[in-house]
Amino acid sequence: MTQSVTTPPSSSKRRSNWQLLMANRLAAAGLFIFGFILVVAILAPLLPMPDPNMTDQPNRLLPPLSQGHLLGTDHLGRDILSRLIWGTQISLIVGVSATALAALFGSLIGLVAGYARGVADSVLMRFVDMLMAFPYILLAIAIVAALGPGLLNALYAIALVNIPFFARNIRGVTVSIRNREFVDAARLSGKGHVAILFTEVLPNVLPVVVITMSTTVGWMILETAGLSFLGLGAQPPTADLGSMLGQARAQLFTAPHASIIPGLMIFALVMSINLLGDGIRDVLDPRLRSGALDRPLSVTRIERKNTPAASLADAPVLVVEHLSTGFANGGAVTPAVRDVSFRLGKGECLGIIGESGSGKSVTALSLMGLVASPPGVITGGAVYIGGQDVLALRQQELIALRGARVTYVFQDPLTTLHPLFPVATQIAEAVMAHNHVGKREAHQRALELMETVGIRDAAERASAYPHELSGGQRQRIGIAMALANDPDIIIADEPTTALDVTVQARILELLQNLRRERGLALLLITHDFGVVAQVCDRVAVMKDGQIVEQGDTASILRDPQHDYTRRLIACVPELGEGHAFLDRVRPLFEETRP
Amino acid sequence: MTAYIGKRLLAAIPVILGLSVIVFLVMKLIPGDPAQALLGSYATPENVARINRALGLDRSWPEQYVIWVGNLLQGDFGRSYILNRPVLDEVIERFGATLILAGASLVICSVVGILAGIASAVRQFGWTDRIVTFFVLVGISMPAFFLGLVFILFFAVQWRLLPASGMYAVYGGGDLADLLRHLILPAGTLAIVATGVVARLTRAAMLEVLRQDFIRTARAMGLSENAVIYRHAFRAALVSVIPVLGIQAGFVLGGAVYIETVFQWPGLGQMLVKAVSTRDLLLVQGGVLVAATVYVLVNLLADVAQAMLDPRLKA
Repeated sequence: MTQSVTTPPSSSKRRSNWQLLMANRLAAAGLFIFGFILVVAILAPLLPMPDPNMTDQPNRLLPPLSQGHLLGTDHLGRDILSRLIWGTQISLIVGVSATALAALFGSLIGLVAGYARGVADSVLMRFVDMLMAFPYILLAIAIVAALGPGLLNALYAIALVNIPFFARNIRGVTVSIRNREFVDAARLSGKGHVAILFTEVLPNVLPVVVITMSTTVGWMILETAGLSFLGLGAQPPTADLGSMLGQARAQLFTAPHASIIPGLMIFALVMSINLLGDGIRDVLDPRLRSGALDRPLSVTRIERKNTPAASLADAPVLVVEHLSTGFANGGAVTPAVRDVSFRLGKGECLGIIGESGSGKSVTALSLMGLVASPPGVITGGAVYIGGQDVLALRQQELIALRGARVTYVFQDPLTTLHPLFPVATQIAEAVMAHNHVGKREAHQRALELMETVGIRDAAERASAYPHELSGGQRQRIGIAMALANDPDIIIADEPTTALDVTVQARILELLQNLRRERGLALLLITHDFGVVAQVCDRVAVMKDGQIVEQGDTASILRDPQHDYTRRLIACVPELGEGHAFLDRVRPLFEETRP
Repeated sequence: MTAYIGKRLLAAIPVILGLSVIVFLVMKLIPGDPAQALLGSYATPENVARINRALGLDRSWPEQYVIWVGNLLQGDFGRSYILNRPVLDEVIERFGATLILAGASLVICSVVGILAGIASAVRQFGWTDRIVTFFVLVGISMPAFFLGLVFILFFAVQWRLLPASGMYAVYGGGDLADLLRHLILPAGTLAIVATGVVARLTRAAMLEVLRQDFIRTARAMGLSENAVIYRHAFRAALVSVIPVLGIQAGFVLGGAVYIETVFQWPGLGQMLVKAVSTRDLLLVQGGVLVAATVYVLVNLLADVAQAMLDPRLKA
């Protein structure tokens, strides 16, 4: 093939995870604060500070900034700064140890359950479910009650109640890894289960362990501090941040600083860890990176370099001129539709045909600004409906045209109908969107529309949910919604692709009849020349975002000018053709293979 | 629907049995020989054997468990040796206060959390989103027991707006208005973390749903942006927010332990902390079992609510 295949300009240099993390200012701040706290806590024995447990009754409850006691003293005259730093060290050690224990046992349970499956899986996971059935901290309290209060027992208790988070996450990943080829290969090479688990599965599970640890460690520090606060963790004279706060509570009104300082310290420590943890998760989650979770705008972003005429005199119902749409990717825009032009008259049917990724659906969605944005952006051209460029309209005006003059029928009605509303309600809503009618009247109209599109027992089906109907019936509902306001144009985006062949024929027949009866203009997006031949007056062939050929269906079928068109036509098998079909099609595609 | 509820109720029975097994095993963790501990210096071998027989401790663990569960089912949770009254009476009395506190927190975190989550998703990356995200982060990093103390310092001591402790005023209290005044600070504090979690997950659920095909259909119908977000998207997001609310019920039930201690709220949590320090194990055991059972039932309610919202789940 000589046709140039466009590759998007790879303008965005791929940045390393570290750079991405540092680019996130909050995560960087979290890392900085946490690093500072960590270094000071580690250096505690080397810092020139008074003994944290040295009491000094005459100087009790000194306020902050006192001589020799930067943060003051507590109820026994002990230096708060010194106790704070040593207490932070203990809280960190306990929190991190609890996390490590929970990660170790939780991951083991998850690995074994996910790898072994069967009985071992059920037994282990039921046990984990039981642990989760307790209100979080109450089980820890029961364990401390049994073992007796103490820092080590609190650590065990917190570790135990956090095992389920690790077990569940790790099991999920292990289940998906155990069936992968490299695990099969290891098994066939004669490796034992234990060896496979630790040399093949574990390395691939490790990132999930790290993410789970980074998101739970702050929480565990908080919970161990909580147990100490209640007097169930660290016992005097040892003090972690929680027990400092718990002991200072008695003097809350006379010396609030003794409570507030350790409280703020816990907050700063946990906050810095959470900032860092969120940052790490964001960097490692590909969905957040790609912007797939950005909120789509109500109308596609329009950024046209030049302004086409706002209206056309005596134009047909739909005129598309030089339409270009792309997807923003960092600073650059990757084009998906390039310079597409076509016209559609009243009562006419135009087919746009092409393979997946050819830009035909993006073209269809661009007409009413329905391409999800971000990342979608319309970069040029005009869409004239009744001679008026809709891309120049204000958003509210464009939204008012949707569903009224121009309506859509989408591909898979199982995902395109709202799963939680009865079908008649959805049709009625389409009616009410553009007519000032009451609910009852709209519902009546919905029933009529359901009959129009050939649903026989409409009244009975009205209260059904989309998942309770067959594929064909669902698509009829989709069409009924499109007809709700007597539109001029219906844009059907692969309306029959999700249906089986006999149903497909009936749906096409329905669209065809409606077009004739109502003088509708039909824009039909498809990848199937069989469908085009059956329904369309004219056809435009799309490839790589451009229209490569356009004309009468009959003449294009008879004498295709473009190679690509020839191949698409050849792809429609004839009944009883058998192997001859493959022999006929093979040479057309061979030349494209390297 | 009735069949569905019945099915869920049946499924809850093994979970509650499992809870009892875990509580039973935890109590078996107690170091040392209970007979020895009871008898102290009178622990001759004959006496130990006699006590073990009297307490049923000479039987196998499964036998002990069955006897214990049998007693529980007859409402016999044992006696608290510190309070010298039946465990169940004390637990039920205390649990009422905890339910008021935890229930109020659950309402606060559901309403505030969901509204904040929607606002934040709708104005993603805008100022509303940044402010909500900031408060969520502060909320989930803040030790509730510390925040409670700060609230007491300001609202009760500094500004004298609200009472710092208890459930009713000592003199002249006892009506609903009095209860509400006492409830504001502890319920608000207890709700902070849960509100943060609910807001965060509602935001995520909304953003996920707004990318779905049926939202595009709603837009293609020509619905206003408000109808798209508050009717179509929110309704679908709610289905995944409901179970999160169920989990938050567990967090507020557990978190009540701290809050009740800070605010002297006469509930189950305060009772548990005291019982642990006096090692009144039967009281701990009874309190934890009842709270856990209620939590299982709340989650069952959440399941049913979810199935009512989403007809696909009933099948």
